[in-house]
Amino acid sequence: MSSDGDNDDFLYEDEYDDGFDQDEEIDIDSTSEPDVYDAMSPAIEEAPQKKPYDVSWKVKTLQEIIDMQNKEISKVQALLEVPSSSAAILLRHYVWNSEKLQEQFWNDPSQALEEAGLSPSSSPTARTTALPPSPTKRSNRSLRPGPSSLLKRTRSTQPTGPFECPICCMEYDYSSTYSMGCDHRFCKDCWIEYLSGKIKGEGESAKIQCMESGCKRIVREEVIDDLVTKDISKRYHNLLNAAFVADSPTLRWCPHPNCEYIIECSQAPTRMLNQLVPTVECKCGNDLCFGCGYAASHRPVLCRIVRLWEKKCADDSETANWLQANTKECSKCQSTIEKNGGCNHMTCKKCKYEFCWVCMGPWSEHGTSWYQCNRYDEKSGIDARDTQAKSRASLERYLHYFNRWANHEHSAKLDAEFYQKTEKKMEQMQNSGNLSWIEVQFAKQAVDAVIKARITLKWSYCMAFYLKRNNMTELFEDNQRDLERAVENLGYLLEQNISDTDSIAKLRQDITNQAAYVQKRHDILMDDTLRGYLERRWEFTVDT
Amino acid sequence: MSGLPKRILKETERLMADSPPGISAAPKDDNLRHFDVTVAGPESSPYEGGVFKLELFLPEEYPMNPPKVRFLTKIYHPNIDKLGRICLDILKDKWSPALQIRTVLLSIQALLGAPNPDDPLANDVAQNWKENQSAAIAQAREWTRQYAQ
Repeated sequence: MSSDGDNDDFLYEDEYDDGFDQDEEIDIDSTSEPDVYDAMSPAIEEAPQKKPYDVSWKVKTLQEIIDMQNKEISKVQALLEVPSSSAAILLRHYVWNSEKLQEQFWNDPSQALEEAGLSPSSSPTARTTALPPSPTKRSNRSLRPGPSSLLKRTRSTQPTGPFECPICCMEYDYSSTYSMGCDHRFCKDCWIEYLSGKIKGEGESAKIQCMESGCKRIVREEVIDDLVTKDISKRYHNLLNAAFVADSPTLRWCPHPNCEYIIECSQAPTRMLNQLVPTVECKCGNDLCFGCGYAASHRPVLCRIVRLWEKKCADDSETANWLQANTKECSKCQSTIEKNGGCNHMTCKKCKYEFCWVCMGPWSEHGTSWYQCNRYDEKSGIDARDTQAKSRASLERYLHYFNRWANHEHSAKLDAEFYQKTEKKMEQMQNSGNLSWIEVQFAKQAVDAVIKARITLKWSYCMAFYLKRNNMTELFEDNQRDLERAVENLGYLLEQNISDTDSIAKLRQDITNQAAYVQKRHDILMDDTLRGYLERRWEFTVDT
Repeated sequence: MSGLPKRILKETERLMADSPPGISAAPKDDNLRHFDVTVAGPESSPYEGGVFKLELFLPEEYPMNPPKVRFLTKIYHPNIDKLGRICLDILKDKWSPALQIRTVLLSIQALLGAPNPDDPLANDVAQNWKENQSAAIAQAREWTRQYAQ
């Protein structure tokens, strides 16, 4: 629908190439601030190394969205030779599909106008013939009795003398009344009350009709702006813009609080969402999913699976409640332990028992041979896992994946703390190890890698829950396990205490290497999974 | 109740003086926004011969918001539920401030003459109405005889 079709380049700049020839008769941009583009915004313009599963997008400001509408409106206005407010009403009626609008309009102009809520003779003053209210088709239940005789419906018969408003029954001078040209005249006070109620109370915008029952005439923008207070008019225009974005399949508001940007993306239509996970980044610095509006990246999981998962987690509240309790008992001495850091290698303060937070099994099994913690393994799992989960295999299976999902979620939530701790350590290293500021940045980069990988790992467990058991799933879980192991190792290294200068040098080497490895494993998992959708490699236990 | 809007006064006056056939409406003494209403069942409907009591309340926002109307007499009708609540478009999203108490009551009377089981409020009644219309109509007639006469 947008007329500029060049969505293929990954743009973070603003485009003002088309804003000149517009007749700005509606001045509604007094509040939006199109000039706040931050030249210092984080250098996130990653080289556009486009993968087949990536999408391109642009971040738009509210002003640009207004400009997009105005551009369409003036185009239609010129083509159909109608006033701009009529063009706007027509476009909104045809959901901004200007081709369809033109087709219908040239087919039968008066019908197109009438359907959109604009009867042909649309001069808002004349037409003074007294008519009974002509209700259009209504359902048989709301049968209107004939022209009501009781309240004298003073039609706009003569433009002089007092006028009795049929709504409030008060008498007015004609100058204080208003009719939209549909022969329904009411006093301005009633109009203001009506319009304000519709806008403020019911959040209506584009479809506010005449006050007369059954009259489908749409109230024009300029009428509303003229009648209601500034605040309400502002809200009205906000609602119009919100409706425009909501109606457009290629636009989506950034879901992050206080962010007013709009994402434009034409490569992720709904039908593609069974093979694409269109994660995009807003100018506010946060990720979101263009497909479903999830306020973070949920890669590599499809939108539909995420919805199912969230619903399941919400529905199984009883178990979720139990799971969300963030304490567990030491499997040796039964002391209650709260996990307050990111690493899964736990050491009980009381009995010095070392165990894995995820499976509650002894850590020694993990450190040496196979990392057994990411697979659902009924036999070995039963001993270590909490007793409540034993009742049903399916519940247990769900809990297995949910546990790991929630665990990574929990760890990711502690990332602020993690950054703080790391920062302290970085200072310590600068002081005791004679390292420069730039030299200790490796630690922060490692934390970045851990957090990013944890988010991906989190969703990988949701994915695994819905995957059918087959060879492809085995490969997926291998990748998942490799990443998980790499992340835990790195997390462990980052939690090490710094003792002397020599150990710092070694630690730095280890962390740098491990962080690079985590990044690599992360990219492999992501790349393979997302490509898998395009190659239709994944089979789910539910429809996608 | 001081400061009743002119519109309400005028409507009340006309309703009392000249009420539509089969319909009566009068405000309560203690609250002039609260009306006692009776509607006669339309001819050749299962409600024929019955007189149904309703209450009607004009909220503060009337006429910008629709009046609240409820059946007090028990009635077997697919669009009216056990509590007497009515499923009628003009009482909800199709309300227009140009409609009046009078038009609302006439619409309710029309609803009695033309039940719409495809848009039900009372699900069990609507189902019965669709599956076995004659039994449903007999039931409505029976309830009318039992409760509305």
